[in-house]
Amino acid sequence: MSKIRMTINGVSQSHEVEPRLLLVHYLRELVGLTGTHIGCDTSQCGACTIMMNGMAVKSCTLLAVQADGAELTTIEGLARNGQLHPVQEGFWEKHGLQCGYCTPGMILSAVQILQRYPKPSEAEIRHQLEGNLCRCTGYHNIVKAIQYAADKMAQK
Amino acid sequence: MATATKLFGASIKRREDPRLITGKGNYVDDVKLPGMTYASFIRSPHAHARIKRINTAKAKSAPGIVAVYTGEEVKTGPLPCGWLLPGIKIPPRPVLAQGKVRYVGEPVAIVIAESLYAAKDGADRVEVEYEPLPAIVNCEKAHAKSAPQLFDDVPENQSFDWSIGDKAKTDEAFKSAATVVRQRLVNQRLIPNAIEPRACMASYQPATGDLTLWVTSQNPHVHRLLIAAFVLGMPEHKMRVIAPDVGGGFGSKIFVYNEEVAVSWASKALGRPVKWTAERRESFMTDAHGRDHITDAEMAFDQGGKIIGLRVKTHANLGAYLSTFAPLVPSFLYGPLLSGVYTIPTIHCQVWGVLTNTAPVDAYRGAGRPEATYLLERMMDLAAKTLKVDPAELRRNNLIPADKFPYQTPVAFVYDSGNYTVALDRALELVGYKQVRDEQERGRKSGRYIGVGISTYLEACGPAPSQVAGQLGAQAGLWESAGVRVHPTGMVTVFTGSHSHGQGHETTFAQLAADELGIPYEHVEIVHGDTAAIPFGMGSYGSRSACVGGSAIHTSVQKIIEKGKKIAAHLLEAAEGDINFSDGKFSVKGSPDKAKAWGEVCLMAYLAHNLPQGMEPGLEATSFYDPVNFTFPFGAHIAVVEIDPETGHVKILRYVAVDDVGKMINPMIVDGMVHGGIAQGVAQALWEWGAYDDNGQLLTGTMMEYSLPKADQLPSYETDRTVTPSPVNPLGVKGAGETGTIASTPAIANAVIDALQPFGVTHIDMPLTPEKIWKAIAASKKN
Repeated sequence: MSKIRMTINGVSQSHEVEPRLLLVHYLRELVGLTGTHIGCDTSQCGACTIMMNGMAVKSCTLLAVQADGAELTTIEGLARNGQLHPVQEGFWEKHGLQCGYCTPGMILSAVQILQRYPKPSEAEIRHQLEGNLCRCTGYHNIVKAIQYAADKMAQK
Repeated sequence: MATATKLFGASIKRREDPRLITGKGNYVDDVKLPGMTYASFIRSPHAHARIKRINTAKAKSAPGIVAVYTGEEVKTGPLPCGWLLPGIKIPPRPVLAQGKVRYVGEPVAIVIAESLYAAKDGADRVEVEYEPLPAIVNCEKAHAKSAPQLFDDVPENQSFDWSIGDKAKTDEAFKSAATVVRQRLVNQRLIPNAIEPRACMASYQPATGDLTLWVTSQNPHVHRLLIAAFVLGMPEHKMRVIAPDVGGGFGSKIFVYNEEVAVSWASKALGRPVKWTAERRESFMTDAHGRDHITDAEMAFDQGGKIIGLRVKTHANLGAYLSTFAPLVPSFLYGPLLSGVYTIPTIHCQVWGVLTNTAPVDAYRGAGRPEATYLLERMMDLAAKTLKVDPAELRRNNLIPADKFPYQTPVAFVYDSGNYTVALDRALELVGYKQVRDEQERGRKSGRYIGVGISTYLEACGPAPSQVAGQLGAQAGLWESAGVRVHPTGMVTVFTGSHSHGQGHETTFAQLAADELGIPYEHVEIVHGDTAAIPFGMGSYGSRSACVGGSAIHTSVQKIIEKGKKIAAHLLEAAEGDINFSDGKFSVKGSPDKAKAWGEVCLMAYLAHNLPQGMEPGLEATSFYDPVNFTFPFGAHIAVVEIDPETGHVKILRYVAVDDVGKMINPMIVDGMVHGGIAQGVAQALWEWGAYDDNGQLLTGTMMEYSLPKADQLPSYETDRTVTPSPVNPLGVKGAGETGTIASTPAIANAVIDALQPFGVTHIDMPLTPEKIWKAIAASKKN
């Protein structure tokens, strides 16, 4: 067993874990943050995307011990003081989700995209979303949601 | 606060979303119980084999193992098949394999442990010795005396031989035809891939004998009935099924699966909760697959280019066992769709349902209707080429005229309403058909290969009515229930038997009920997905929630209004017939200030201090709405693609969709459904294929091999609509869940083949991958 510590959504966490424990299982089973989902086990779908030290990562492809000492943000920690993040707002406004299962990972990837491309073109959004799969929306409204968030963030 | 008027038809934001965008959804794998255990399944690595020996001793002694069970212990009834066709053979489908395995992934044993990782470790220590047997995966080849046989009492692997239409009349029509177009069409196997994998957790309470099953289900009551009554043999009322947030279904979560029964049985045996969540590779191996038809189609035309007959022979792959509604899909959801939007005087369709060593095949988004539509629309394009007419003109020449509704087809259906030409014209206008054809012509001269594909389609939603379904072999009714409970304060809870797994019912059904009651949208709550709360329900599939589930809500609301009018008339000392109900107010006709507000009437219903003589207190109603017919949405989709002749790569330049789904409760949600449907249909045309090798090994067993579409492979869609209300239900709605998937596959396939016309290519079977396209171009250059 290995002792790990990290900050998740601003809260310090410390657990004894098996070295082989996946980060996504750590979040879901030990920390109790079930907003991060598992869709494929092979790094294709991106449902498990979280932010680790400011980078969007797939938590099904990391061991919990690799996140020792890191600062994580999961979907539960994205809204601040009851205020939705512009990307969350965009997904709601533009009907960017249906079943909602891919949504947490999709939103966190979109946050990263907007950090890299504050004024993304449609082609840039679509290309940058290649690590996230959605089976419900056909991506049309996800693109619109991210464009909404980009506009909103540009106004600030 | 949303206004109380005109909620029906408003694109309001979904009330489901705040929890789902903040990570507060509640999916089955999120549910945790004290003392819960975790299950892992040992699955067959062989497509066909005899089980010689199973050794569980090493697994049982592994750390954290609670129990290991094989088919020796888990002796429940077989998984039931819910649709019977005449003469059908339904071989028993055991929960855990008994003696033989018949597809890769078939569960052989279950390991239950204190943790997920211990369960997987334990599963690795179960030893199974197999004697491999010859396997067969192609349904046409399996339908032969010489083929390996899956079951001793199912010769030639034929489960059923089904036909519809007038064979003699159709053969006659072909004799008199001026032109006959023939084509073999392979509609490839698809794997549904809802992004949430299947999951279930059973919790049995020994003290009370109650069993609760949380399950990724599109129809929790159907799950309860089938598992309790037909498989476990336990009292139905002692079982509760909860389908909480469900992450997409597309058909794959309708059916009763082995794992759901196994965890239920194990929880009873252990007296502890047992949870199982599929890994994606398990989803690929064991979720019911879709499509997989091999068809010979022939279409006959007269000299004026009118269709005079259609002859279809189809081998339908059913997989190794019959899944819950497997026989329905390639029979009554396929043959009766073969008239499409066209006047076809006579049709004959023969279908052989064949067992093979592959995962069971059942309904996948569209279910039978995409297969029929692909067939018709490919044949229309082939015919247009043969007859040397424009494909849009050939379609227009054969569309059922608007004045022919209700329209009786030669294959059982009576279409409710339609105006097909208007939808086609609108799509042609939107895409700028002439300009696009001109651009295509110019492009061909400069080495650009642009293709235009049209698909005029219809869908049949909300299979009905129950009596007819029963005559056709359904082992279930096809109605829907709705309970409407008005609380003393006038707030309303609606209990619907429909199930939402992305459709947004919590929003749309609240819009519907609030609109009819004239009360604020926020005053209506929608409850679904729990057999303990809802009287009974048939669930959501076949685009039935709005037209059947919505109509059930409407019926209950009308009963509430009726009782409210009686109470108001009594309070206002007026005749019941003189009471008007509008905008949430009961008033006396002609004297609008003599009125009782909604809240006053609701409160009085519960105070019961002053009710009409003999009236029971309370204000709630339950309805079971059985529709009189299917509804038939329709439309026209047009795709414009460009092919890179060097690589065979297809780029979608435009995608135009004009759909008519009748009246809409929430157009934003309808558009979202259409978008997602188009993406799935495009993916069948271009990329997706559930491929087995000849030994029955699944070659596309993870998302690394199976090509789900990504954002940068798809365009933005240009959508528009016409509105032709359905006369068969009180809401005028038709259904929107599957139109996109049905229409888009042939639109794209036709566009690709059209682009390849300069190379003399007339047909390529899907998926139209760069490899196949490149090969077709190369072959044409060689010749």
